[in-house]
Amino acid sequence: MLANANRLTPYLFLAPAILILAVALMYPVGYMIWASFLDWNPSQRIAEADFVGLRNYTNLFSDAAFLESLGVTLRFAAVVVTVEMVLGVGLALLLDRQLRGMTILRTVFILPMMIAPIVVGLMWRYMYHPTVGILNRTLKSMGLDPVPWLSDGGWAFTSVVIADVWQWTPFIFILSLAALQSLPKSAMEAARIDGATGWQLIFYIKLPLMMPVLIVTALLRLIDAFKVLEVILVMTNGGPGLSTEILALRISRTASEFRELGYAAAMSNLLLILLMVLTLAMFFYGKIMDARAARIRAEAEEAV
Amino acid sequence: MPEIVFDSVEKSYGPTRVLEPFDLHLADSEFTVLVGPSGCGKSTTLRILAGLETLSGGEITFDGNPISHLDPKARDIAMVFQDYALYPHMNIAKNMSFALRLKKVAKSEIDERVQRTADLLNIGHLLDRKPAELSGGQRQRVAMGRAMVRDAGTFLFDEPLSNLDAKLRAKMRTELAEMRNTIDKNMVYVTHDQVEAMTLGDRIVVMANGVIQQQGTPEDLFKSPVNKFVAGFIGSPTMNFLDGDLTDVGGTMTVAGDGFSLPLSDALAARLRTHGGKAVTLGLRPSSITLEETAGAAIDLRVIVAEYLGAQSVLVTRCGTEDVLVEANSATPIAPGTIRTFGVLTDELMVFDRTSGLRI
Repeated sequence: MLANANRLTPYLFLAPAILILAVALMYPVGYMIWASFLDWNPSQRIAEADFVGLRNYTNLFSDAAFLESLGVTLRFAAVVVTVEMVLGVGLALLLDRQLRGMTILRTVFILPMMIAPIVVGLMWRYMYHPTVGILNRTLKSMGLDPVPWLSDGGWAFTSVVIADVWQWTPFIFILSLAALQSLPKSAMEAARIDGATGWQLIFYIKLPLMMPVLIVTALLRLIDAFKVLEVILVMTNGGPGLSTEILALRISRTASEFRELGYAAAMSNLLLILLMVLTLAMFFYGKIMDARAARIRAEAEEAV
Repeated sequence: MPEIVFDSVEKSYGPTRVLEPFDLHLADSEFTVLVGPSGCGKSTTLRILAGLETLSGGEITFDGNPISHLDPKARDIAMVFQDYALYPHMNIAKNMSFALRLKKVAKSEIDERVQRTADLLNIGHLLDRKPAELSGGQRQRVAMGRAMVRDAGTFLFDEPLSNLDAKLRAKMRTELAEMRNTIDKNMVYVTHDQVEAMTLGDRIVVMANGVIQQQGTPEDLFKSPVNKFVAGFIGSPTMNFLDGDLTDVGGTMTVAGDGFSLPLSDALAARLRTHGGKAVTLGLRPSSITLEETAGAAIDLRVIVAEYLGAQSVLVTRCGTEDVLVEANSATPIAPGTIRTFGVLTDELMVFDRTSGLRI
């Protein structure tokens, strides 16, 4: 009896958390999955909506606007993560040294990350303003032509990329710097004695040793980049045309403007699956690394 | 193999002076050991020589050419680190060949040199493993091999054996001693272990508190230490020190203190004649005290503990309030707690000035 009670105790303690998780997470997700099989208008109650099976999903793949938006999202994620990785790791390599005032400098570098996305969007929108924005005014004072930052399709994509890079490079920077500073000092010294130049030290020693951290960082950023919404919403609201309409924005418009809740739910599910694949990739990468480390340790102990 | 000269080299970190200005001359193909307790500046000296630390004053020359402005890679040195500092992401072959690959040596030559060195060190079968897959002793050999494969003019060792267990350490020490005779290079070796220093060094440099106390052959340091620190640091078990006063007892110079009164040999007495009445510290090595009370001057010691080591035992005894170690043949059973008369070989006594610590 007592043994039985002991076995159940942990679940008793877990119960409140599970309950909250179920209500706050599983319920909406289940709701969304169910809704994605319905032709559902916001004026109907969910029970009144017609069941349409997989039609929402099949429609998605012939919907040019959705495919365009998926393309924008993929392009956006690929570009920002690449640029942010290069800049963030580069900055970390540059600032990994003992200089006077470095602590303050590091704090300044990570400030953008702490600003709310809406504020970032507004700030950049003002800076990108065609006539009163600081960017075009600066160009004008230098005698150059103004740039249609947010009003031209090509430029608008670049502009939102710049804003995202500005906000999220610090994230990569901070993690890379932490990784750099935890690298074994003596291996660096050994490499210097072995004759490595600064660049060789970076490419042959530092970057390979940082790789596990960099992979996880890139995956985290990738997941985040797929979900970006506020900054772009405020800056361009997806325009001009569909040039900056990332998936999250498309979903929100499908639900609120086009009033097709079922269709929006199907899109959300697809995005969720995409993110799930990335998350699982990260999870399994971690698992594989752990297993490898464990195997190596076991072998090394055997070798003693 | 360059002749290495330190010319008034000094080192400070901000206001903290870690190395007082010193001169040091390392002859061609010499095995020099820097030895001293933690924080004495021996590793800093080595790192300055390697170019991993800058010097705050003075100059180092290789064959007369100043090198303190040169990068480590321009100094033609190889170094073995205390924690081995292997590259964790490269296999052993890649670890060992890193320097050669950077120098763009032909691949066939690299392979040949790595294989030859690895075979020499008995790690030939480990070449495609990663460092994490090796035991401590194997990693140590790889670190050694990585330095040897370079064929540099000067080898630096920063406490290379201190992370090994006692048995492996002794084995590697022997191998190093053997290697020393076959490799015709400058070697500078840092350790805090005086046994390593004594067994490996052609020349030993004893350091304490950022100052070189004495340098010389192992025998020099053992037989004629310049001060109490060197006398206490070199030799195992360590030298016993007893405070006493120098007095003339019926024409014989004698050191008398709490629980002992030992006459000095004629040679020593002649040197000390002018120091009569002075406060001194007497140094006796554990090997200078024997169980035969007639072998020299008599001293009464209370035996506290007998540390049995096999053929020999180390007796921890007490003279007054001071501990005195005695090296004795285990054949004679000694019961702890007894007071016994021992013989002191007075020829081997040393006398130090109690205030300055210098040997008189």
